[in-house]
Amino acid sequence: MREKLIYTLGILGTLVMVYNLHTIFLDLPDEAMQGAVYRILFIHVPAVINAFTFLAVALCTSVAFLATKKFIYDSISVACIEVATAFMLVNLVTGSIWGRNQWGIWWTWDLRLTSMLICFLLYLGYLLMRPAITEPTQRATMSAFISIFAFADVPLVIMAIRLPNVRTQHPGPVLETGNLAPAFVPPFLLGMLALFLIGSALVLVRLHQETSRREIDSIRRELHAV
Amino acid sequence: MKDGLVAALAIAGKDLRTELRTKESLTASLSFSLVILVLFSFAFDLGRDELYAISGGLLWLVYSFAGALIVNRSFARELPNDCLDVLVSSPAPGWAICLGKTVAAFLLLVTVELITLPFFGLFYNIAWWHSSGTLFAVILLATWGIAVVGVSFSAVTVNVRLRELMLPVLLYPILIPLLVSAIGVTTALFSEDPQMLSANGVSLQLLIVFDIMYTSLALYMIEFILIV
Repeated sequence: MREKLIYTLGILGTLVMVYNLHTIFLDLPDEAMQGAVYRILFIHVPAVINAFTFLAVALCTSVAFLATKKFIYDSISVACIEVATAFMLVNLVTGSIWGRNQWGIWWTWDLRLTSMLICFLLYLGYLLMRPAITEPTQRATMSAFISIFAFADVPLVIMAIRLPNVRTQHPGPVLETGNLAPAFVPPFLLGMLALFLIGSALVLVRLHQETSRREIDSIRRELHAV
Repeated sequence: MKDGLVAALAIAGKDLRTELRTKESLTASLSFSLVILVLFSFAFDLGRDELYAISGGLLWLVYSFAGALIVNRSFARELPNDCLDVLVSSPAPGWAICLGKTVAAFLLLVTVELITLPFFGLFYNIAWWHSSGTLFAVILLATWGIAVVGVSFSAVTVNVRLRELMLPVLLYPILIPLLVSAIGVTTALFSEDPQMLSANGVSLQLLIVFDIMYTSLALYMIEFILIV
C-alpha cells in the first residue's frame, strides 16, 4: 500500500513537472524586462513554498513528539526536514543563477537572501546533529528542540521583503499583490503541485527508511540483550 | 516561583564559584579573545574610516567566539561524577536550572567582554568610551541573548560526540539576527554618525525582542531537553 502510494505520487509529480516544463519552455513568451531567465521562477518560488510547508509539518510533529514521545513523529520530522533542506538548496541555487543574470552578481547580503541562507544552515545543523547522538530518545528530543528553535527563522524569511524601512535587492512580493500576469498563474500553480507531489513521495521514502532503521535498531538491541 | 528563583540563584552562585576556583573557561576565553584581536590586526590593513566601518563586526565576532567557549562549559561542567543527573533529579525546576546557568554564563561573558573592550580600543585606536552608556546597554542585551541561547544549546549538545564542534555549528546561525543588530548599533556608536544611529534604532528594539523571545522559549523548553 505504502509503496503504491509512493510510486503514484512520484509518477504523478513527474508527469505534472514534465508537462509544466513543456509549457514553461515552449508555450510561454519571454518576459518583457527579464527575457528568458524569468522561467527559473517557476522552480525557485514553488521550491521555497513547498520547503516551508514541509518545515511547518516538521514543526508540528516536533511539538507532537515532545508532547507524546511517540517516535513516529520524530521520523516524520526528519523526513520532512531532509526534503525541505533539499528544496531550500534548490531555491538558493536557482535564485543565485537568476541573480547572476539579472543583477550581475551571484550573491548579495540583503535581508531576504541572508535570512534564507541562515534558515538553510539551521536545518543543515539539525541534519548534522542527528547522527552525533546515539541514544534514540535523546536524539529525537534534541532534534525536536532544534527544529522548533530553527523554525523561528521562517517568518523572518517570509517577512524580509514585506518589512517597512528595509530595503532589499530581492524583488518584492508578487503573488498577493496580483502582479503576476494571468498567463503565468497556471504554470506557477502546476509547479507548486509538481514539487509538492515529488516532495511528498520523497518524504514517504525517507519515512519508510527511518521506520525500518528504528526496527533494525530495536532488533539489534534485543539481540545484544540476549 | 519563589523557590525556583532561589534555586536559580543557588545554581548561578555554584557555577560562578566553581569557575572562580578553577578559572578554566574564564582564562581560556579571555586569552582566546586577545589572540583573536591580535590575529584580526594582521588580517586587515585598514585606514581609519574603514576601521570604524568594520569595528562593530570585529568586536562582536570576538565576543561571540568567547561566548561559545563559555557556554560550552555550562553543562559540560556537570558531566564528571554524574553531577548533571543529580542536578536534574533535584527539586529545582528545569527553568530554574536554565536560568541559573544563564545568569552565571552571562556574568562570566560580560566580565570577559569588559576586560577585552579596552584592549580592543587600544589595539585599533577606537574611542569606545564616547557613548559608553548605550554601548553597555547593547553589550548587556546581546550578551544575555548569547548566554540564554548558548546555555540551552549547551544542554542539547552536552552528550553529543564532537560537542565542541557541534555547539558553534548550531549556535551561530541562531545568533545571526542578534549579532547583526548588535554589530549595527555598535558600529554606529563607534562612528558617532547620527544618521547611522537613527537607522539602527530599530536594531536595539530587535535585541530586546530577541532576548524576550528566546528567553521564554528556552526556559519553557529546557525541561524537555534535560529530562530525556
